[in-house]
Amino acid sequence: MKTIKLLSILFISSLVFISCSDENPLPVNEEEVITTMTATLTPTGGGTAIVLKTQDLDGDGPNAPVITVSNSLAINTVYTGVMEVLNETESPAEDITEEVLEEALEHQFFFTPTNGIATVAYTDTDSEGNPLGIQFTLTTTDAGSGTITISLVHEPEKTEPGVSSGDITNAEGETDIDATFSIVVQ
Amino acid sequence: MSVKYYLTCLFLCFINVTISQNCNLKFQGIVKDFHDGTPIEGAYIKMEGSNLYAISDERGNFVFNNICTVNFKVSVSHVSCDSKTVTINLNKKSFIEIRLEHHIEELIEVNVTSKVNKKSKTAQETVIKSDVLERYSSLSLGDAIKEIPGISSINTGNSIVKPVINGLHSSRILIMTNNVRLQDQEWGIEHAPNIDINSAESISLIKGANALEFGGDALGGVIIVNPSRTFNKDSIFGKTMLNGHSNGKGYGFNTTLTKTFSKGFYINGQVSHKQTGDYKTPDYLLTNTGSKKTGFSAFTGLKKLEYGFEVYYSYLKNKIAILRSSHIGNVEDLVNAINSDEPTIINDFSYDINAPKQEVIHQIFKANYYLRFKNFGKLDVQYDYQNNHRFEFDIRRGDDRDNAAIDLELQSHTFKSTLKLDSNSDNIYKIGLLAGYQDNYANPGTGVRRLIPDYQKFDFGIFSIGNFKPSEKLAIDIGVRYDFNRINAKKFYQTSRWIERGYNDDFSDIIIEDFGTQLLVKPSFDFHSVSVSTGLSYDLGKNRSVLFNYGLSNRAPNASELFSDGLHHSAARIELGDLRILKETSNRISGTYNYDSEKATITVEGFFNHIHNFIYLEPTGVETTIRGSFPVWEYKQVNAILFGADLNMRYEINRKFMVQNKSSFMKGEDVSSNRDLIDIPSLKTTNLVRFTNKKWSNFSAEIQSELVFRQRNFPNNNFEAYIPRTDSFILVDISSPPPAYHLLNVRSDFDLKISKKENVRVAFSINNLLNTSYRENLNRLRYFADEIGRNFSIQLIYNY
Repeated sequence: MKTIKLLSILFISSLVFISCSDENPLPVNEEEVITTMTATLTPTGGGTAIVLKTQDLDGDGPNAPVITVSNSLAINTVYTGVMEVLNETESPAEDITEEVLEEALEHQFFFTPTNGIATVAYTDTDSEGNPLGIQFTLTTTDAGSGTITISLVHEPEKTEPGVSSGDITNAEGETDIDATFSIVVQ
Repeated sequence: MSVKYYLTCLFLCFINVTISQNCNLKFQGIVKDFHDGTPIEGAYIKMEGSNLYAISDERGNFVFNNICTVNFKVSVSHVSCDSKTVTINLNKKSFIEIRLEHHIEELIEVNVTSKVNKKSKTAQETVIKSDVLERYSSLSLGDAIKEIPGISSINTGNSIVKPVINGLHSSRILIMTNNVRLQDQEWGIEHAPNIDINSAESISLIKGANALEFGGDALGGVIIVNPSRTFNKDSIFGKTMLNGHSNGKGYGFNTTLTKTFSKGFYINGQVSHKQTGDYKTPDYLLTNTGSKKTGFSAFTGLKKLEYGFEVYYSYLKNKIAILRSSHIGNVEDLVNAINSDEPTIINDFSYDINAPKQEVIHQIFKANYYLRFKNFGKLDVQYDYQNNHRFEFDIRRGDDRDNAAIDLELQSHTFKSTLKLDSNSDNIYKIGLLAGYQDNYANPGTGVRRLIPDYQKFDFGIFSIGNFKPSEKLAIDIGVRYDFNRINAKKFYQTSRWIERGYNDDFSDIIIEDFGTQLLVKPSFDFHSVSVSTGLSYDLGKNRSVLFNYGLSNRAPNASELFSDGLHHSAARIELGDLRILKETSNRISGTYNYDSEKATITVEGFFNHIHNFIYLEPTGVETTIRGSFPVWEYKQVNAILFGADLNMRYEINRKFMVQNKSSFMKGEDVSSNRDLIDIPSLKTTNLVRFTNKKWSNFSAEIQSELVFRQRNFPNNNFEAYIPRTDSFILVDISSPPPAYHLLNVRSDFDLKISKKENVRVAFSINNLLNTSYRENLNRLRYFADEIGRNFSIQLIYNY
């Protein structure tokens, strides 16, 4: 009978333990989430910078990212480009660009224009001399319209053919950001 | 009848007898069954310290004449009973009633050559015994039970193996280990049961919900894992197994040691450890597929006829690496993976377990106590506590690199009690009740939104089962069970998701806090379920019998089906639960024909299962995020039917050669929309030829052919994905099953004599002998890589 007593004590004590834990859970601090990517294109000859921005404030939530292009690009112009990646679920927003820079070996931006509206060249490298893409130049040609897709890939195979010149085909890895901007060159 | 049988039965003690000069005393008595009081004929009653003995007649009566002493002891034994010693004082009593325990259940467990050891006489039940389980020592529970036709598995790679019974898996299967219902977050397909197969002595598998004693929600079936049995004699015995296999360069060991005492005390300890590195397909290494599993368990207790108790503890830690290439970013990555013949990442062999990986620690504590009452029955009370702590690690960036993405701790307390009324062995009744409490804690420190929220769950169940034997040939089982489940959760929803789900209209009253972009809500659900089970077995004579079963079972939705809300990296999909999901109801009928003789066995099992409100995941659309686009899979409810047949045939051509065929076929349909169900096992047939020669050191050799057909009935869930880079849509083929495959496996074993009395069993096997490249439809990583290639294994088993 002792065992029964012991069992009932165990059971009752577990019920007591249960009734104590009624606190509300804490919201998760999502440090890693990327909500926003901006590409700022400044004409080398001077002028107003053009901003390509994608913003998805609910992360994996149902709302699609809001994609904006501040203006059209000018023909036959060289732009200096800078990428910025933010986590705006935090306040103030966390600059993920710093993390990408710190882990440059494991990251690479890819820029894929269509319709031959522009060409892109990397102007920065990681510690092994492979491109990173936080800094780049974008050169427009003749008038036209098309898209530029900008992707951030985590753990790409930077030594695979074409990858270091910006071709994403063999890059593999995982896509952290993938955004397509409609561009008019005039 | 084996020697062990007699040893257990005829265990006699010797004591001193005081001598008296008066030799005309008379002593008589009656021997009866402990449970129902029926007289026992042929019991052997021996007066200790003398050569006097008597044997009970058909009425159980016995008599001793011309006894010289007043105080003495008699030992009473019978072939199918536990023996018993009784002290007699003739001055007080010259007639005695002796109750013997008809120990059939326990004895059969001891007798390894016996065929039956079943939990039920009428259910579709199969038992896997230790000699077969030993073969799977380096694998898992899910691999071992595939020995049974109709059982398959749904895998994530090679190490995460979930059992599938007649097409149903996860929460629809109930796993009992040492009479404890395993509570280990079984809802996820990538969550394998936390059972150390090396701690099992035998496994019983019951198809369908015909084991109401354990639960009413096992629509698929029940798996009962039994630890090693003890019996009342002074003994110490153990077993040590060593395993090694070439593919993955794996090794493992397991040791079990049991000490038993004639007074009924026993103590057992078991330790196992196994480790494997990266597996290999015929053509490439599977980078990051190793695993490391460590387990130990111990139990101690007292087993007497009238009362007994047991205390049990087990610890199991599994670390499992998941194929590196299966961790992907978006749909485009998935398309690339499907179109690529080889995984995208192949590195050199390693034992390292890197992200993506799982780490699960499961602990069970159990204590039970029983009391038996004369002419009445047995009362059993049990408390168990389980702690399941699951970590999942993703490929992450920055400071979170080594931080788990999922950190869930599930604690379960269960109290249960059963009363078995077996005074009349033709009409046995069992009634029982269960009360359970569960607490799930999702650690917010992961920095990733909780996939499963914090919740508390309360369970209450009550059942009654009757086993009737109206005639020698007929056995009938009837059971009824009622279950109540309450789940109280606290969950954060993204405000955007809350609105998209339409919860604003139906559930606005459960919001407890508004964080702007997030809402904290408090869903609470109650479920009431009634389950019924009936079974009938009829002996047709000449080794033939038939079984019929009907089962009504209900399952309340699990936490995943209600609350899932997030991105699954290995599937590149967003999975969404639904707060509106109701319980599902299954009506299953089945029939079995069985022929079982020394020379041949034929078992044909058929089933038809109609499930109302069957809960399953189905793709419903595409959502775009900053990462790119993802298909959305939502939990839905449909009406489904599953039906099929399983066949097992064995024939002994002569004393040396045996052939066997096991086949299973089934179909699953969503009758609401006339589609095939997803994840239904395809037609499979295995053939085996075994040669045995006991004279050659118990030698046996076998070759097995395993043929798995392509699944032709599958739902088309393919979808078009927009690829921005090329400004085009491409078809993502996630549905087409891989082609049929055929595997050959060989195995041989024999006894190696190491001393006069001791043997070591040596087994050698080669799986996938022809090094065939193949992919299995029910492996979630089939988009990324082939199954493993040829594997040489060696195993040493030492019983002592």
